[in-house]
Amino acid sequence: MPRIISPEEISEVLEMLLFHDLDIRSATLSLNLQDCISRIEDEILSCIEEKVSLYSKKLVKAVDNVSKKYGVKIVTKRIAVTPISIIIEPLARKSFEEASNAAINIAKSLDRIAILNGIDYIGGYAAFVHKGFTQGDKVVVETLPKALALTQTIAAMINAASTATGINVDAIKDVSRKILEIAHSTPKGIGCTRFTIMANAPEDNPFMPGAYHGLGEPEAAINIAVSGPGVIEAAINRLDEKIDMRTLHDTIKRAAFKITRLGELVGREIAKELGIPFGIVDLSLAPSPKIGDSVARILEAMGLEYAGAPGSIAALYILTDAVKKGGTMATSSIGGLSGAFIPVSEDWGMLRAVEVGAITIDRLEAMMMVCNTGIDMVAIPGDTPIETIAAIIIDVMAAAIMLDKTLGVRLIPVPGAKAGDRVDFGGLLGSTIVMDVPKFNCKKFIERGGLIPPSIKRLDKG
Amino acid sequence: MSSRGSEELVVISVTGADKPGIVAGITAILAKHNVNIVDIAQTVVRGIFSMIMIVDLSTGNITLPKLREELYIKGKELGVEVSVHHIDVFKAMQRV
Repeated sequence: MPRIISPEEISEVLEMLLFHDLDIRSATLSLNLQDCISRIEDEILSCIEEKVSLYSKKLVKAVDNVSKKYGVKIVTKRIAVTPISIIIEPLARKSFEEASNAAINIAKSLDRIAILNGIDYIGGYAAFVHKGFTQGDKVVVETLPKALALTQTIAAMINAASTATGINVDAIKDVSRKILEIAHSTPKGIGCTRFTIMANAPEDNPFMPGAYHGLGEPEAAINIAVSGPGVIEAAINRLDEKIDMRTLHDTIKRAAFKITRLGELVGREIAKELGIPFGIVDLSLAPSPKIGDSVARILEAMGLEYAGAPGSIAALYILTDAVKKGGTMATSSIGGLSGAFIPVSEDWGMLRAVEVGAITIDRLEAMMMVCNTGIDMVAIPGDTPIETIAAIIIDVMAAAIMLDKTLGVRLIPVPGAKAGDRVDFGGLLGSTIVMDVPKFNCKKFIERGGLIPPSIKRLDKG
Repeated sequence: MSSRGSEELVVISVTGADKPGIVAGITAILAKHNVNIVDIAQTVVRGIFSMIMIVDLSTGNITLPKLREELYIKGKELGVEVSVHHIDVFKAMQRV
């Protein structure tokens, strides 16, 4: 009788799971809350309480069962809900103040449910303002500092640009002010780690803080985020140093296929247990502060002294392209951000590259052209002017709409800190070095406000 | 992918310093629960013992998580590392 699967094939998988930190970063339940929309706050809260509690319990049970069945670690359990701006729209029409209180109470209620049930994050404290504000959007932006300061698990996102409509500079100005307020209302500015401003935010993103339940989504779905940079690094390290670029690309592609397949298997099984549709696998390889779980180290394994060295854009291009090609063969359910992540504090190799000066904000801006990160988890001095924060964001938004892709900015102005200081956020967030920001003045440019028109690409769509 | 009828196949791997009694200790637990061994491969490289078994739980009287628990405890006693995974993990990752 032929072997079902060879010992060598089994050993390879076991090595990935046991020694190279291959795991499922997150099972994210995307959940519709539009049925909780009401003009009465208590009605909203009781509806959310009932629905999210029920789904939280089901999600935790399903994830535990699937993890036990397959022997695969599922690191976090998350929920992404309908943008809160939509939920509070009727209240916001009645009274801005009442709606603001309600929004904060919704955040607190979701936070309680998450903590009680062992859900790591709930995303969806979100608003879409890429062309303008509704009353509900204004409430969400206004209440960001409180909603984040009064909770531990709530993740927030503002979408301020899209390929189809351009960039809302007024929104970026408002949000930049809020980023500083969030920083000053949470210790070490840690609240900012749960907030991102995005361009072209996808509806089925399993990653925080950008995850929300999109309007095109079904009632509920399971979206999967995989990890596994260590697997890719190990695969490259097994190659001879003289192996050519095409073989390097092919090696990454093969490893990415296997990683994605694991995500698909686990996602389908969790969805089956929950009795809801399986959504997507996000192909991005999520790094963690753990040694051996780093995207930066992949670039270094390719032959660069540090991530950020000359050649890093090409190396990151090879990685992102190979991951996409391997991943797309592994699953037809792709979605989310699906690129490569280079968050500074969450990746120990990135942090080391910052320490030696190989990674700067300029280098991150260059590298985002070939990945989908933008400027992520970057600590900056607490006294950075609002217009500089806005200008960093506006540059990322411009790149995103010109290249027609998703990018985000997650800046953490650390109060009292100067460039070069070390800050520890703890857990998956890691520790980081405060990065220097350009000192040149951009105030007059940002002060203009208004909308930057979409690029000519918009007309390709009719 | 579970093409072979009602089988529920599980991969058990055991690694550690080679010494007498490892195979006996692990298989005794399988026998106790009437779990059938479908395939077994064993090597010793530089004194490191390595065994991979594919077993069928469908004939047995134990669930996968319970079996994993018992094998972990036995592995600790024997001073070896034991891992237990459903075969679908390997099929998903190694087959197009």
